[in-house]
Amino acid sequence: MTSTSARLGGRVGVRPGWQVATLVDAWAESPSARTLVLDVPGWPGHAPGQHVDLRLTAPDGYTAERSYSIASAASPGTASSVGPETVPDAGPTRVELTVQRVPGGEVSTYLADAFAVGDTIEVRGPVGGWFVWHPTGTTGPLDPAPVLLLAGGSGVVPLTAMIRARRAAGSRVPFRLLYSVRRPEDRLYTRELGVPHPGDDGVDVTVLYTRSAPLDARREPGRMTPADLAAWGWPAELGPACFVCGPTGFVEAAATMLLALGHEPARIKTERFGPAGD
Amino acid sequence: MGSLTPGFHGRPRPQGVALPPGQYVTEDFPVLSAGPTPRVDTATWQLDVVTETGATHSWSWADLMRLDQEEPTVDLHCVTRWSKFGTSWRGVSLDTLLADVASAADFALVGAYGGYTTNLPLADLLGGKAWIVHTYDGAPLHPVHGGPARLLVPHLYLWKSAKWVRSIRLMVQDSPGFWEQLGYHDYGDPWREQRYQGD
Amino acid sequence: MQDTTGAQTHEDGNALAGPLSAVFAHDMTTAVGRCLSCAAERPLAEVSVWSHGPGLVARCPGCDAVLLRLVRTPRGSWLDMTGLSRVLLPV
Repeated sequence: MTSTSARLGGRVGVRPGWQVATLVDAWAESPSARTLVLDVPGWPGHAPGQHVDLRLTAPDGYTAERSYSIASAASPGTASSVGPETVPDAGPTRVELTVQRVPGGEVSTYLADAFAVGDTIEVRGPVGGWFVWHPTGTTGPLDPAPVLLLAGGSGVVPLTAMIRARRAAGSRVPFRLLYSVRRPEDRLYTRELGVPHPGDDGVDVTVLYTRSAPLDARREPGRMTPADLAAWGWPAELGPACFVCGPTGFVEAAATMLLALGHEPARIKTERFGPAGD
Repeated sequence: MGSLTPGFHGRPRPQGVALPPGQYVTEDFPVLSAGPTPRVDTATWQLDVVTETGATHSWSWADLMRLDQEEPTVDLHCVTRWSKFGTSWRGVSLDTLLADVASAADFALVGAYGGYTTNLPLADLLGGKAWIVHTYDGAPLHPVHGGPARLLVPHLYLWKSAKWVRSIRLMVQDSPGFWEQLGYHDYGDPWREQRYQGD
Repeated sequence: MQDTTGAQTHEDGNALAGPLSAVFAHDMTTAVGRCLSCAAERPLAEVSVWSHGPGLVARCPGCDAVLLRLVRTPRGSWLDMTGLSRVLLPV
């Protein structure tokens, strides 16, 4: 054992930690993704971009922990979903997550297929104060600069939380979202991010299909390129706050492109979640 | 134990088969890593055995290939709870490798390209229980699984089977490796479920 | 963030937020750490994290040196931060 290692077991548990949440609603967000609405007693509210850790415990004591970004808007007491899926009584203790089902994944398949309304699960959070946008000055420093959101696959979840928080706060900060997704059927929040939504004036969404695209797509299928960023993003001269979230490969490629286009490293915040899920 | 998650069972953990406690069976070969995968060219690959007196014995790739090759088929047990049955390897027994090394040491600290280390009793490297393997399932060992060569000590949890093996330091006293410094067991017998210190 | 067990590549330091919240009162992902090996400084959210082994390993994205290791066992949490020469906790 090295000299500065420390056993910290005596301190674990005295911090705000795990609490039991209840699934109160759920719906299919795509053929392979499901949105979960958890009721978390005492939820303190959160900033968009934060995540929670979930802990699952089997009867024989086996446990699994996974992290999921929060999809819902930050402001307590604000209904965050829109359209027919709206949760009418979304209250301050409600937290929405969207789980992408991964074939063979022991946790994502459970959450997407078996986890039923009324079931309980342990939750820790909200956690993570780095990959966040503050729509008002109450949760963190207000940044009036335009916002550029780059999403790869289910990396759109925390970025959607930022759009929802902007809407809930009545913010006028200009947003542009570039959403890279394989096929039309893989899109999340299709209705909400697909047509101009009340309160979303100033939010421009471009979907970049990598495998197959609908006829009205803005471009041919393919991976995101610097030309896409130049055409649909913000110029570096505006100093936008850039948030990039997705699989590791997507994030590294997107961050490299942003730097090459002249964006300041300090203006680029990233969140990677590896090449596959479970 | 935390609160139960209704209907959650994790992966199936069968009973009645030769599976150590707390393990489940996997058919694929999960990749677990504590860092980037080193890319080691066999042209520059080297294995050093350093005794407690400082005497160093070194093998090049060509040296390794000239030694007697064995083809063990073994079960793997990872401390992250997966087990994989019937894996086929080709490589050199540590009995062969260490035959001419003079040492009174009781312990070994195995080092790897990339900086990983793990400790185990020297006796567990001897007696036909451990190999330096370079071939898996008939093909050169892929770098993500430790290629060009890894240690294989299948009777202990797999973190002892250092990928990208680079050195074996023989020592009179035990010295904890990368995970053993952070609470993992110095021996790691899966059948006694020695995952952590004190198990 | 989506869960990633079985992945071969790394995540980033955002994944440390929950596990380190069990140890520190401060959100450590916004803390700026200095690599003992190469002296580069960055928020811990931006380090590389390897979470698919027996514990969490955070490395410097510049030089790959180990910055931090965290293992949770039944006896408690083991934390090694010897790879960080200093940490700034922003106000």
